[in-house]
Amino acid sequence: MVRHLVSTFAAIAVAAAIGGGAHAAEIKIGASAPKTGPLAGGAAVTHWPNIRLWVHQVNARGGLKLKSGKAKIKLIEYDDRTNPGEAIKAIQRLATQDKVDFIVAPFGTGFNLATAPIFARYGYPQLAVSAISDKIETLTKRYPNIFFMLGSTTTFAGAVADILSELRKKGVIGNRVAMVNVADAFGIELANAARPIFKKAGFEIVYDNSYPLGTQDLSPVVKAAKAAKPDAFVAWSYPPDTFALTEQAKIAGLDVKAFYTAVATCFPAYAAKFGKSIEGNLGAGGINPDTPEMKAYFAAHKKFIGKSPDYWASAVTYASLQILEQAIEGVGTTDRKAVIAYIKKNTFKTVIGDVTYKNQNSEKFWTVGQWQNGVFYGVRSTGRPGAKPVKVKQGW
Amino acid sequence: MDILILGILLGGSYALMALGLQLQYGVARIMNLANGEVLVAGSFGAFWFWTGLKLSPFLSIVPAALLAFAANWLVYRYVLRPLVRRAKSHGQLEVDSILATFGMSFILVGVMIAVFGGEYFSYSYLARPFEIFGQPYGLNRIVAFGGSAVLCIVLALWLTRSRTGLALRGVAVNPTAAGLVGIDVLKASALAFALGGAVTATGGALLSAFLTFDASLGVIFTMKALIIIIFGGVSDIRGAIVASFILGIVESAVARLIDPGLTLAAAYILFIAVLLWRPQGLFGRKSA
Repeated sequence: MVRHLVSTFAAIAVAAAIGGGAHAAEIKIGASAPKTGPLAGGAAVTHWPNIRLWVHQVNARGGLKLKSGKAKIKLIEYDDRTNPGEAIKAIQRLATQDKVDFIVAPFGTGFNLATAPIFARYGYPQLAVSAISDKIETLTKRYPNIFFMLGSTTTFAGAVADILSELRKKGVIGNRVAMVNVADAFGIELANAARPIFKKAGFEIVYDNSYPLGTQDLSPVVKAAKAAKPDAFVAWSYPPDTFALTEQAKIAGLDVKAFYTAVATCFPAYAAKFGKSIEGNLGAGGINPDTPEMKAYFAAHKKFIGKSPDYWASAVTYASLQILEQAIEGVGTTDRKAVIAYIKKNTFKTVIGDVTYKNQNSEKFWTVGQWQNGVFYGVRSTGRPGAKPVKVKQGW
Repeated sequence: MDILILGILLGGSYALMALGLQLQYGVARIMNLANGEVLVAGSFGAFWFWTGLKLSPFLSIVPAALLAFAANWLVYRYVLRPLVRRAKSHGQLEVDSILATFGMSFILVGVMIAVFGGEYFSYSYLARPFEIFGQPYGLNRIVAFGGSAVLCIVLALWLTRSRTGLALRGVAVNPTAAGLVGIDVLKASALAFALGGAVTATGGALLSAFLTFDASLGVIFTMKALIIIIFGGVSDIRGAIVASFILGIVESAVARLIDPGLTLAAAYILFIAVLLWRPQGLFGRKSA
């Protein structure tokens, strides 16, 4: 039975190989990101749908335009199981076994940093999106093939402090800030960056605690934060805790005029769960949803994937693929060295606007967004136009 | 007071995660590592009931429990019974069942991802404040706690008062001796395993009202359940119930009084302490 199955599979594989050979030119693109494990939920919203949408769109118009003619994309996907060791193995496999032409950067700050040496060793461009770090300068100096476009921790913390200062100036809030963070690289780095920035801006951090990754029982945290009588609440949080903190804040009646939660505040599921009560909630990221490019992207995403993208890194992920596409077509071959050089030198038209890398870092990004009438608008950015003014949160 | 109530509510959730595994491990001697996946499947059932059919997620308990009962019975009958039959010792069965259920957990995760996709699922149901002694608590948590309490009481009564319950307890204490006095051990084990699955799926449906879940979250619940049943003593359901509440109260006290970052550490310190001084668990008997 087993032998029979094996021979059947072998026959199918041979048939596929022969069939594949008969087709026109093909360009192989690999992708490794979580499909299971703690980060799978985020990747299923922000990462995978955009890769699939992009591949679908490129193939629908006949493929990538190379000098040798059009080449359709063949996508090879791996699940890294939210495990850095697996991620490294998967990238290595894509480079050496599958011999793909290009690899989409993985999902998550830690995963992009962990796989950077492999990308560099095999000379693949790494257009990192979901990676926020203060180590961008060090990394881009060390690896000539890595590119960043979502911003740094200090800018993110600074933008939140800036909004709080603005609200304080208007007399809406006082000096008291309650701050919590998820005890994971992302949350710890942001909390560490925020502490001196908040203090320098004259804020008093009246509650400052972390909770372990994966904690969903956050009622003690929210109650203790409320007991400290804060004017503003800031959480450097991940998706499940973003949801749990918001629900608990609603239940415990944590009525602050500025309520900030980090990752996943911009997810459509967040609005679906909480409805109108999250009006005025602040969160990481944001976009300008009113540009024609963004509107077209939202419509295409909804049509092909069946769901809306999130209001932050989804569009940036898609933009990174547009950059890859334009660079490959600009070079006209799959010469990775030439593509890397092309990315460094050129400006790219994308769904988030023009992107130019300066020292391998795109310095134009959104930092804070806010739910206003059912849409998560960007309210703070560095160099991206269209920021809406910040509204004051009026209860739940 | 606030800490105590929060702790008891949390303990109720923990009991929902652990009771099913307690039945499966205590009676059927199957260390079911797919326990968490069954729980998440229950959550998906409730989610689908609420968003698809607009019915209360708590109504989904009935079909979810029945379905889980049937599925778990079939799994025991056709996958695990051969392992039980060929196992020469308790230890071998434990190793084999851990490997088999570990494999099943991957299958279940894969199936759930294929059906529902990998993203986060969360819905709002009864997310209203409910005041006890002037402090607000989530109504969905209180309802889940109520469900958990009813489940605990019914199970404990059934196990101690009914004839079938007596048979199950007999198997839990000593399968060989239970067989000698005329209890159909395989049947009792199949019943316990199926019932455990049903309890776990019920727990998943209740918990989904306030937890954000995704297809691969199960392993977290399995770990929690594992700690609780070893902490409470593997052969007595009261142990798991008491252990759940102790863990809940300790975690919320630590979160509130010391540091929320230390809740996991506190849980594991408690676990190590029990293993050091009472390795058979709170309610366990010394190994016979």
